[in-house]
Amino acid sequence: MADVILDIPIAAPAKPAATFRNLVHNPGVVFGATVILIVLLMALLAPWLGTIDPTAINPIARNKVPGAEFSLRTDTGERIKMIALFGTDGLGRDVYSRVVYGARISLLVGVSVALISVACGLFIGLLAGFFRILDAIIMRIMDGLMAIPAILLAIAMVSLFRSSVLTVIIAITVPQIPGVVRLVRSIVLSVREEPYVEAAVTLGTSTPKLLWRHVFPNTIAPMIVQGTFICAAAILVEAILSFLGIGVPPEVPTWGNIMAEGRQVFSLFPHNIIYPGVFLAMTILAVNVLGDGMRDTLDPKMAKRV
Amino acid sequence: MYGYLFRRLLGTIPVMLVVAIFIFLMLRLTPSDPAAIIAGDNATTEQVAKIRGQLGLDRPMVEQFFIWSGKVLSGDFGESFFFKKTVASLIGERIEPTLSLALITMLLAVLVAVPLGVLAAHRHGSWIDRIVMGFSVLGFSMPSFVIGYLLIYLFAVWLGWLPVQGYQRISEGLGGWLRGLVLPSLTLSIIFVALIARMTRTSMLEVLSEDYIRTARAKGQSERKVLFRHALRNAAVPIVTVIGLGVALLIGGVVVTESVFTIPGLGRLTVDAVLARDYPTIQAVILLFSFVYVMINLAVDMIYTLLDPRIRY
Repeated sequence: MADVILDIPIAAPAKPAATFRNLVHNPGVVFGATVILIVLLMALLAPWLGTIDPTAINPIARNKVPGAEFSLRTDTGERIKMIALFGTDGLGRDVYSRVVYGARISLLVGVSVALISVACGLFIGLLAGFFRILDAIIMRIMDGLMAIPAILLAIAMVSLFRSSVLTVIIAITVPQIPGVVRLVRSIVLSVREEPYVEAAVTLGTSTPKLLWRHVFPNTIAPMIVQGTFICAAAILVEAILSFLGIGVPPEVPTWGNIMAEGRQVFSLFPHNIIYPGVFLAMTILAVNVLGDGMRDTLDPKMAKRV
Repeated sequence: MYGYLFRRLLGTIPVMLVVAIFIFLMLRLTPSDPAAIIAGDNATTEQVAKIRGQLGLDRPMVEQFFIWSGKVLSGDFGESFFFKKTVASLIGERIEPTLSLALITMLLAVLVAVPLGVLAAHRHGSWIDRIVMGFSVLGFSMPSFVIGYLLIYLFAVWLGWLPVQGYQRISEGLGGWLRGLVLPSLTLSIIFVALIARMTRTSMLEVLSEDYIRTARAKGQSERKVLFRHALRNAAVPIVTVIGLGVALLIGGVVVTESVFTIPGLGRLTVDAVLARDYPTIQAVILLFSFVYVMINLAVDMIYTLLDPRIRY
């Protein structure tokens, strides 16, 4: 009997089709999604975009300026002429190929960090918002974590393990979790007072089911928005860590690593910094603009929070 | 007010305690053994064991934590593995450049961002507003090291107006000190300007629709006075809040900017310490930065009462 009543959606959510239409009509969402799609395609199709092996060292073609011609020895041993569209770096590696392949790491790190930190933050936040005893402990720990500036915490975490993509993902994820926890907790605390939650409690709904069916759906829209902003931040922090030489191992082509490579010769050959920098900035801009657009359409209340 | 200040100071103790426990555990649970690092590659097992005893690493974890925090409270952060000096003296040497960079950046950012935000709100919907908002999104997305290198290329390499990199101490002359800091603080202030301008605009827009603003205009008050005396004062609390929270960004930015401009400050020290796996230094720097961040935000809460007499504690 109780189940029958609870199956009726009490707070009718916005129809998915209408939400989708609103999203498509938001210029920020369209711009952001388009640029991200292009970068995604670039990452997936990297081997077919006229690139060569991004890690291939070519000593006779070091520090070529963009547009210069250089010769390359193929696997079969014959020499072919190539145009270095974005120039080559200090080891003769093709910057264009490295930039195209670099999109893979940036997107991988951005998306992984967003998914993991939202999942962890959601779980911890739901617990903190619903169980008074846990709340005090969890929030003290989160306050402590938030007192450490995010990049510093990531830098400290990186120093603990051997450098790898996984290390970087973990190091960037941990500082992002407290923010998600706080947001989820505040949503839970306000949803708890809603009549439909009280009704469900009165009807004897079990706590896991209550959290899953009645509280969790309220967090979906804010989490999508928050996750998008975290993705942008993660791409930026990954680039910063790699740039500082403490991120992804230097042989892996990432935008941050290409720039780190170009630091010494920057005043003579700025292309090592400029091309990956433009791609990096455009990608982060697109993700941020997408986030802004989604916030305005999905979660108008949140637009006022920051 | 003083009662509140006291209570808030007490409130920072658990926060800093969590930070301290976290940093302590994080760096003690690493696979690398500090005693082995200090002893060097050729040390015998006995030598390593002796150093362990000296450092107290053979005692129980809880005891180690209390010994460590007792030392930290008295300003003793131990000795750097890498630089072979006490961490406290290292920090003492490196603090001037970082402090100079941070203060100039802050000043520059507030002086630029607040008027921009006010203007954008005043001309809501106009092209000025659009430019400010566009710049704000762009500022958030431009990595500071990319901005830094672009500025170096433009002003130092191409135009040759300013030094490319490096830092000159205040004691060696005010002019050189300031010249060296122009590009770094410009670089670092971009994200700050974006953050503060956006918040100023939002907060001003809310206040400008209030009745007392209409009253002020109706009685013939000049627009400048309406904006800066009536509106900005009432819009100030969220702006000051975001400046306080932005200190976290500033600290992160200092690390990057000092690396770009090779400024021998605390940020550079952090990166060098991580590269050398110099754990005592890493611990000290993070603890110090977190403490400063917490204290600044405490100070921000105190400033509220000055800005808005309605807020009482």
